Amino acid sequence: MKWRAVAGVVLRQVYLMRSSPTRVLPLFAWVAVDIVLWGFFTRWLNAAGPSGIDFVPQLLGAVLLWDFFGRVMQGVTTAFFEDLWSRNFLNVFATPLTISEYVSGLVVTSTAASMLGLAVMLLLASAGFGLSFFAYGILLLPFLLVLFLFGIALGIVASAIVLRYGPASEWLVWPLPAVLSPFAAVFYPLSTLPEWMQAISRLMPPSYVFEGMRAVVAGQGVSWPMLLGGLALALLQVFLAGWLFARVHRHAVNSGLLARYSAESVN
Amino acid sequence: MIPAETSRPPVLSVRALHKRYRELVAVEELSFDVGRGEIVGLLGPNGAGKTTTINMVLGVLQPSAGQVLVDGIDVARRREQALARTNFAAVYAPLPGNLTVWQNLRYFGLIYGVRDLSARIDALLLQFALERFRDTRCGLLSSGEQTRVCLAKAMLNRPPLLLLDEPTASLDPATAQDIRQLIRRLAREEGGGILWTSHNMGEVEEVCDRVLLMSRGRLLLQGDPCTLPQEHGADSLEDLFIRVAREPLQFGGGR
Repeated sequence: MKWRAVAGVVLRQVYLMRSSPTRVLPLFAWVAVDIVLWGFFTRWLNAAGPSGIDFVPQLLGAVLLWDFFGRVMQGVTTAFFEDLWSRNFLNVFATPLTISEYVSGLVVTSTAASMLGLAVMLLLASAGFGLSFFAYGILLLPFLLVLFLFGIALGIVASAIVLRYGPASEWLVWPLPAVLSPFAAVFYPLSTLPEWMQAISRLMPPSYVFEGMRAVVAGQGVSWPMLLGGLALALLQVFLAGWLFARVHRHAVNSGLLARYSAESVN
Repeated sequence: MIPAETSRPPVLSVRALHKRYRELVAVEELSFDVGRGEIVGLLGPNGAGKTTTINMVLGVLQPSAGQVLVDGIDVARRREQALARTNFAAVYAPLPGNLTVWQNLRYFGLIYGVRDLSARIDALLLQFALERFRDTRCGLLSSGEQTRVCLAKAMLNRPPLLLLDEPTASLDPATAQDIRQLIRRLAREEGGGILWTSHNMGEVEEVCDRVLLMSRGRLLLQGDPCTLPQEHGADSLEDLFIRVAREPLQFGGGR
């Protein structure tokens, strides 16, 4: 791994961010809107009736964690799309840059961007709506780590889809977090889902995080084997996503798609 | 005419290169070398297979068969090492328009692992008369200025092999003349080999030490651009080009 090459990929994104407020704003604006919306909603739920449930850590915390995952995923795909939008594939892939260096650059970019979003969300949720992260304790870190890894994996898979099926498929990948959210059991226990959906949920690391989060809020202990299982699954998915991207890139080189990407298909 | 250095292996060796897209054969049994300090013109009508060949040399297109060696390194087996010794500029591959000239050169300089990068960029800005555009976004430059930026990027890593796909196509005659002189000087002083495609036969005669004439994916003729036309009964290189384009069968261009 040549770190200077990775730095080049990251630096390109830094240059773009530095000169473009329209790129910086989405890093925190939409997640901030989400926190405000759900913040007031949870405040109303808490005030509406004596249910005994504190909706702030339950719902607002879930929104925050899910938005963090979404930002990580979009961080990877947006960095990749910059090369797509500026028709830069030929310039990038005709260099000595390896696929692992290129993907590492996307991941580093996403990490920095999502941390900014996370900081804004934490600030808003705690200062505006009294969400205390002490409620989750040290478990917040593994929760974030699992979601981060899953976001990276999904971002790489989404980029591979666009590389394989052309620029128009970009519109398939934006709604991916929304499509997956019912299976991730963000707002309700896994047991609420029908059996077939639960089977899919168990393949999704976020479901372990949200189950764990609800257990913590309810004052029950979190199942460490379950959480570690989610972490292992997320790591495996990052590895598989990297493998998929490399395979799609190889296909694009073999078929001639990479050299004629604007055609979207070589068939 | 610059004699090619012969003591070391050619900077580019293409051996029995073949690319097929289902029924379409884009490149067939193509073999040639580019020596050090040599400028080789790759000529042919549209669809002859020139860009396909360049893409295979650049590793962005997998050959169906054959081998590409850059500085003796097999592109298929050791892609990173081979591409570290290569660079290119092409009219169809502009640099990101939303980065400034300096940012683009820094971005690609890091990817190519260029040492003492800031000094190298400053030297290239000077060499290509781009200093006043240093902080201008590439998308705001004229096509000729963008071509100069692409050429500066192509020189960043002092590549032993430089691939130039119609590098002067969008330049005015004076700038094109300057660029041709600059590239000739670079080939002479730095000893790099250059594969140059162009549809401007006057330019090819002026710049290239040797030309390869392709049609329908096959290499039909090669030789000195000044003597090749006479050898084949043509009045000029342009005349020979037109004959090859219109009647490739006369020159062995079957299929």
